[in-house]
Amino acid sequence: MAKSNKPILWLPFAGGGLVAALITPVLILITGILVPLGVIHLNYETIAAFAHHPIGKLILFGAVALPAWHAAHRLRMTAHDLGLGGGGVKAACYGTAWLVILVAAGALIAT
Amino acid sequence: MSETITLEVLRYRPETDSEPHFQRYTVPYRDDWVVLDALNHIKDNLDATLSYRWSCHMAVCGSCGMTINNEPKLSCHTFLRDYRGGVIRVEPLDHFPIERDLVIVMDSFMEKLSGVKPWLIPKQEKPLSDGEYLQSPAELNVFHQYTQCINCVLCYAACPQVGLNEDFVGPAALALAHRYNLDSRDGGKGARADVVASNEGIWECTFVGACSQVCPKQVDPAAAIQQTKISASVDWLKDLLTPGAHR
Repeated sequence: MAKSNKPILWLPFAGGGLVAALITPVLILITGILVPLGVIHLNYETIAAFAHHPIGKLILFGAVALPAWHAAHRLRMTAHDLGLGGGGVKAACYGTAWLVILVAAGALIAT
Repeated sequence: MSETITLEVLRYRPETDSEPHFQRYTVPYRDDWVVLDALNHIKDNLDATLSYRWSCHMAVCGSCGMTINNEPKLSCHTFLRDYRGGVIRVEPLDHFPIERDLVIVMDSFMEKLSGVKPWLIPKQEKPLSDGEYLQSPAELNVFHQYTQCINCVLCYAACPQVGLNEDFVGPAALALAHRYNLDSRDGGKGARADVVASNEGIWECTFVGACSQVCPKQVDPAAAIQQTKISASVDWLKDLLTPGAHR
């Protein structure tokens, strides 16, 4: 047997798990609940400046791309556990993740 | 009439049976009996042809693993009182061929176990005259829980990946590899990596966690495998950045 190259898939999956567990819920709480309810107020200029800065772009990209990859890999593994291991499942899971990643990258490059 | 309980036991005797079938036995019910006591009662009093493995009767030897009402369990650790009023279905462990009745063929597990080199491979061999390889209590604590494995293979019966891919090295062997990799006296991580960090090793695990749930010794193979994934990924990155330097 030879050592596997699976870390290519697994490292972003593990990173995505961390982001999805620690950062995503906070972002959902702030941007999805507290701001629309008017509990807290975000200054548009400040957020726009953050999204225009290269480091801000990188953080936003990580916050979207890593959990997307995590979700794709987790769903595929769960499908595999349930005996649905076909190429269609693989394409649907990773294809959706790549679409989200590319849209996020495109949007951040365009801003 | 005193209380009884019914056991439905899977029978398979290859010389006479074309396929496995169930056989019912009614045995006396006792609060302090485990399933293994009931099987011993059958063997001694009702049907001497029934075959099963057991030895210690105290969850130490790991030989009496069976599927009891669809759950992998040690039959010496499973009380009749938990099934009072019902029928207890006893089958051999899943994911292994049946040798005879409740006895499984464990050859594949034995090969996987020896494949991960579960013994100390010192960083540097030293002569006997230099004395022991010393270790502090804190260094022992790092891996102590993984030394509790009794090779009962309940985790192999519980793991869906073992069922899907018979080549998967599996929970107990990978947990034991982790136990030696964590040992301060050991330097064999690289020698184990070809098996442990292969596609059939840790990477086949999808972290279902059933192995840790069924373990009768509170070993946590699922945690061992996830920790190994992190350390194997770090080694993989090191190999990528400085090829050949970390063998």
